Amino acid sequence: MRYLSEYRDPALAKALLARIRSVATRRWVLMEVCGGQTHTIVKQGLDELLAGAVEMVHGPGCPVCVTPLEQIDKAHRLALRDDVIFTSFGDMLRVPGSECDLLAVKARGGTVRVVYSPLDAVELAIANPTRQVVFFAVGFETTAPANAMAVWRAKQLGVKNFSLLVSHVTVPPAMRAILDAPDNRVQGFLAAGHVCSVMGWTEYEPIAARYGVPIVVTGFEPVDLLEGIWMAIRQLEEGRAAVENQYVRSVSREGTRPAQRQIEQVFELTDRKWRGVGEIPRSGLALRPEFADFDAELRFGLESLAVDEPAECRAGEVLRGTLKPQQCPAFGARCTPEHPLGAPMVSAEGACAAYYNFRRHAEGADVAS
Amino acid sequence: MCLGNPGRILDPRDDRGLPVGTVDFGGVRREVCLAYVDEQVQPGDYVVVHVGFAISKVDEEEARRTFAILKEMSQLEELDWIGEVADRSLDEMERPLS
Repeated sequence: MRYLSEYRDPALAKALLARIRSVATRRWVLMEVCGGQTHTIVKQGLDELLAGAVEMVHGPGCPVCVTPLEQIDKAHRLALRDDVIFTSFGDMLRVPGSECDLLAVKARGGTVRVVYSPLDAVELAIANPTRQVVFFAVGFETTAPANAMAVWRAKQLGVKNFSLLVSHVTVPPAMRAILDAPDNRVQGFLAAGHVCSVMGWTEYEPIAARYGVPIVVTGFEPVDLLEGIWMAIRQLEEGRAAVENQYVRSVSREGTRPAQRQIEQVFELTDRKWRGVGEIPRSGLALRPEFADFDAELRFGLESLAVDEPAECRAGEVLRGTLKPQQCPAFGARCTPEHPLGAPMVSAEGACAAYYNFRRHAEGADVAS
Repeated sequence: MCLGNPGRILDPRDDRGLPVGTVDFGGVRREVCLAYVDEQVQPGDYVVVHVGFAISKVDEEEARRTFAILKEMSQLEELDWIGEVADRSLDEMERPLS
């Protein structure tokens, strides 16, 4: 496929690896924010190839992982109602709630449908006028334009039986929270390319300046990641802390304005709890008052649900980059993709799942057997 | 859900006031909302698609340019590589390179 295979070229990857090694005079600590990037880094073993020159710390950019437990439990309550068709992206189905996951809710008689696009959920509502269709609106700035459009579309078409269970989060406040933590080790960031495709990178400029960290907007293929790492290391070696763009073919400084406008029309900033991490001020998106009619929590009276995270799951430390998945005592033993304690073990973008699928036979073999 | 893919727009059209189109992802075709990029795209253009929405147009010229730079660097690197390896002392050679 065009614009994919070129960026998986082993000769280019090898050249970039050599260049990173020749530039690095010490071992630098970089965080890739996005779980999709974590997956490629661990699967391709890029972190192992760079050992000695760069330590890659995996960030909180997995929407499945950071959706708080109470929102998962609310999803389960909604899906069990006779009048509700609960719709979601497929990767939320196996995320453990307090008692079970959405697949188990489905097995108990709940109506759960997987959709590819949130607009499919709107069409489902049109086709089922006697049922309430609720869409689980989770994710970062990459899914926010789609979910905002679903609400706008439902309003435009007069679809009354559609609503959102919203649990949106945004990247920059999480980066600030990581940098503010007393035990922070991160010296530079690879920013998530597709979040920046939507938002551009102006929000990251004050972060780079204030904290003195290089931030490189980076794509998702192995060659993209290695080039992003190289650009960040070069900045660190030169004592610079700027925002640079590796992913030029998809990202501009301003981002995709019409998508930003749609997010702003439908959503507003709110304090949001991140699963395993806790509340981060003004880190989430909630529906604006004009769209309150489409808020499933108001429609079904779900606002006041509070639940505690399971104590054994140390996902919060993994998501902040202070614990590697295989350092968790439960990894591969009490916690596996089949029987997960926390969301990072089930998500395709979760760091624990990436290590379990690609690493446990190497370094985690003793705990995984 | 956050994994976006580049695909080629086949037939932009209107669905009850919303710009949409079929997008080809190396043989797999999907209906995609083009509302956020419709002012800058035409049939044949590549877009990055997330959860059924095109979120940016792939800049073909930039994609070609980036790749050409990387390719050139890789060739230069091969020359540097040979020189470097030849000059290197034995214990440095033990450091894994790839």
